[in-house]
Amino acid sequence: MAFPHSDVVTATVAPPASAGAGPLPPAPTTVKIVIAGGFAVGKTTFIGSISDIEPLSTEAAMTEHSVGVDDAGAASPAKTTTTVAMDFGRICLPGNLWLYLFGTPGQDRFQFMWDDLVRGAIGAVVLVDTDRLDQSFPAVDYFESRRIPFVVAVNCFDGVARHTLGDIREALALTAHVPLLYTDARSRAATKQGLVTVVQLAMDRLQS
Amino acid sequence: MPELTPRSRPVPAPRPPGSGRTAPGGLEDKTANVRPYTVTGGRTHAGSSEVPIESLVECLGPPAPEHAPESRQILEFTSHQYLSVAELSAHLHLPVGVVRVLACDLADEGLLRVHGLTTTDHGRTPATTMSVLESVLDGISAL
Repeated sequence: MAFPHSDVVTATVAPPASAGAGPLPPAPTTVKIVIAGGFAVGKTTFIGSISDIEPLSTEAAMTEHSVGVDDAGAASPAKTTTTVAMDFGRICLPGNLWLYLFGTPGQDRFQFMWDDLVRGAIGAVVLVDTDRLDQSFPAVDYFESRRIPFVVAVNCFDGVARHTLGDIREALALTAHVPLLYTDARSRAATKQGLVTVVQLAMDRLQS
Repeated sequence: MPELTPRSRPVPAPRPPGSGRTAPGGLEDKTANVRPYTVTGGRTHAGSSEVPIESLVECLGPPAPEHAPESRQILEFTSHQYLSVAELSAHLHLPVGVVRVLACDLADEGLLRVHGLTTTDHGRTPATTMSVLESVLDGISAL
């Protein structure tokens, strides 16, 4: 045969020459943290404060004009189709690690997405607005019942804490082992602290 | 100061931990995504629900003439960079479920590799190991 190795050549054909950069470096390890919370609680702001990329939104099905993640159903509750997207960001970390942050709508009706989303996640940050505490209940219920490591971060709009953490813990009926902290979704340092807390919690869980 | 709305802890929990996923196969593929699935010929893919949304996709070969434009785009976007399923959904304006199906098809054809598929991750136990968590913690702390 004239080209005894032709099959091999075909099987290892190089990617299209558009990049001209040769093979890709080793694939990064990907990890994710879920950012949950009610409508307009600051999830995308939280993600954007620390993401390397401008937050993107996964495509929503069945819609051309769904504005934002949470607006999809809220604007027209009578709609029978679920239109939903997720905002997300990415942080490149040393050691060829990519950390994805996925913001997910907090309403009950989106729980079908959460099982999919939380699979393999390090844990979750539940963002809370104390004026609309009840909007965080579905997320707290969900992560609590699934024993997924989660922290509750109280977003202080205008930098003002309007309730004590003790009162919030009581109102949310959080057990003592659920970290609860104030945050400011606009602040990179505050966001970082929230993420550090959930990773530490996941490590504690793994060790126990 | 407005009153805090108290949450009543669900007892018993709505679904006991470890009771399995509520939607085997992924409800996302079954609810409202009818029209976008015309791209996939109405098909789902047996393995696609097992592809995490953060898995990275790498192009291994050029598209063929018979590939749909969406499949060609996936290969083009991933020919010089790793992109996650989520990023492909955002860039190509395709639902996550559709990207999963098309990516699995292309992987079956040997034109694409999906990274980060965990073989042990059938439950909700985080696949994350302690060493990875330590690296994540160090990395975030140093930001």
